[in-house]
Amino acid sequence: MSDKYLVDIKNERLSFFTPAGEVKALNDVSIHLEPGEVLGIVGESGSGKSVTAYSLMGLTANPGKLIGGSLMFNDHQIENMTEREMRKIRGSEVSIIFQDPMTSLNPVYTIGNQIVEVIMLHTDKTRKEAKERAKELLELVGINEPSKRLKQYPHELSGGMRQRVMIAIALACEPKLLIADEPTTALDVTIQAQILELMMELKEKLGMAIIMITHDLGVVASMCDRIAVMYAGRIIEYGTTDDIFYNPKHMYTKGLIRSIPRLDATEHERLVPIEGTPVDLLNPPAGCPFAPRCEACMKICLRQMPPKAVFDEVHYTHCWLNQKEMMEKGEANE
Amino acid sequence: MAKYILKRVLLAILTIWAVATLTFFLMNAVPGGPFLSEKAISPAATKALEAKYGLDKPLSQQYLTYMTDALHGDFGDSLKQRGRTVIGIITMKFPVSARVGGISVLVSLIVGVVLGCVAALKQGKFMDGLISVISTLGIAVPGFVICTLLMYLFGVKLRWLPTLGLTSPKHYIMPVAALSFYPTAYIMRLMRSSMLDALGQDYMRTAKAKGLSGKKQLFKHALRNAILPVVTYVGPLLAYTVTGSFVVEKIFTIPGLGGEFIGAISGRDYTLIMGTTIFLATLIVVMNVIVDIVYKIIDPRIKLK
Repeated sequence: MSDKYLVDIKNERLSFFTPAGEVKALNDVSIHLEPGEVLGIVGESGSGKSVTAYSLMGLTANPGKLIGGSLMFNDHQIENMTEREMRKIRGSEVSIIFQDPMTSLNPVYTIGNQIVEVIMLHTDKTRKEAKERAKELLELVGINEPSKRLKQYPHELSGGMRQRVMIAIALACEPKLLIADEPTTALDVTIQAQILELMMELKEKLGMAIIMITHDLGVVASMCDRIAVMYAGRIIEYGTTDDIFYNPKHMYTKGLIRSIPRLDATEHERLVPIEGTPVDLLNPPAGCPFAPRCEACMKICLRQMPPKAVFDEVHYTHCWLNQKEMMEKGEANE
Repeated sequence: MAKYILKRVLLAILTIWAVATLTFFLMNAVPGGPFLSEKAISPAATKALEAKYGLDKPLSQQYLTYMTDALHGDFGDSLKQRGRTVIGIITMKFPVSARVGGISVLVSLIVGVVLGCVAALKQGKFMDGLISVISTLGIAVPGFVICTLLMYLFGVKLRWLPTLGLTSPKHYIMPVAALSFYPTAYIMRLMRSSMLDALGQDYMRTAKAKGLSGKKQLFKHALRNAILPVVTYVGPLLAYTVTGSFVVEKIFTIPGLGGEFIGAISGRDYTLIMGTTIFLATLIVVMNVIVDIVYKIIDPRIKLK
């Protein structure tokens, strides 16, 4: 079964052991991706979107520790790999684009230096060949006058241009998986659209899978095949893009969809926010983490974590309300 | 670049002129004079001496004469060390101080940067604590205490190292150690904090995500960004250290320039005061220009204006 998947994360549990106590950042997260698939992970800050993706690259920040589950990527069992083995796949088989292109490039080295570095690290190319490749890459990501750009420093480029350079670095060794951690959050809207378009174009060309981490539902709608909605370190709803947008089942997902500004809204229509604040992961509640903010909260929601409610082979939620509906319909479930 | 250097040279001349002028009038404002001594000299002899060196003329005239001569490269004779010119004294003694000082700056730079990096990498661990204790000591304990302790331990008790003069490489160990103590401690602290800052930057995460080894991340990506504050400090430090330290030279009996600074002032050796001060000011100005240029080389974002 796992042969089929490029990424197969099963029941991942990850905690940050801080002086204040154990912060349960990921609880029982399972995700899988087929080669060439685009998965969107959405959720608010602190919901575990980035942590999930980072753990796949072994980039978990310091007090964080994987405490359970299995992470399979491209036939590597990530949790058993040494740092040395991880270094070989970072930047070559799996790459990442970060949120802020203004600070993600080293200010004291030229663009060329920073692209050539990763090519030389993972391939046998000579410096000259690597430079040629760097030029190709810049062309690929739509940067004009690549020979001139290679000699420039990050501060001489605009934000959108720098993100293109970051993409060029990420794609330098033709990775199987590209993780995009809010790649457009720090850019203005027109540049956002350009960057997303570029990513889709490159995906078609190179055929890599993408994990798109974002809190912008508009971004996932246009790009992703499947979407995982995360809340408090859990996936609370998972489905195809159509499932999530046209048939959301979880109250949190519904809330998210409602909070998207609409172009056809009348002038006085207010956005509907999700009331309340995210849970404290130091002391997660016993039941459904969303229960305190949920407008349809039932007694059981506060006591017990809801099991999986499966709608079809893709779409599922973790919600007592869905369980109840299903039970009323008399359907069997797990 | 050429325009920048021209501008800096003009500024440097202005600075040195200001330092010279201020020093000239300040030292003349201090009571006493070069020819006062415990033995009473006859007023006639004093008069004759003053006349010989032009000290009987009005101050403004002395100033003009001095400046004109200085511009022609003549910094005069020492008033106290008979038969020696100021330039002669500096060219004789500076190389001695410069050797000891140069080595000690190099030592502090290497030790300070390395230990600072180690402390940053082991933040919060035992090594970090140990290094911060050492650096606090280095900053808090005055030079003469360190000199005396070193001398007592290695010179007197263990008899490993010679205690005076500069005749063999072994002689350099203690003076260099004593001179490096404070700057090493200071550089360690600078390096630790700027390294921690650099390590926390987003580009370090990028470097790791590229698959670079820890060493490459540190030496290529972090160090070059973190070294800037150290460069700022080392420029002027070099100027001060190569001109010698009064305390260290006195204690280890080194015939360096450091003693001349103090000796000239206490002896009211006007020409030597002027000479040493202008020399130090020039060195500092030059070092600052070099620091700015090195800065530009390390960090391309910096614009030289």
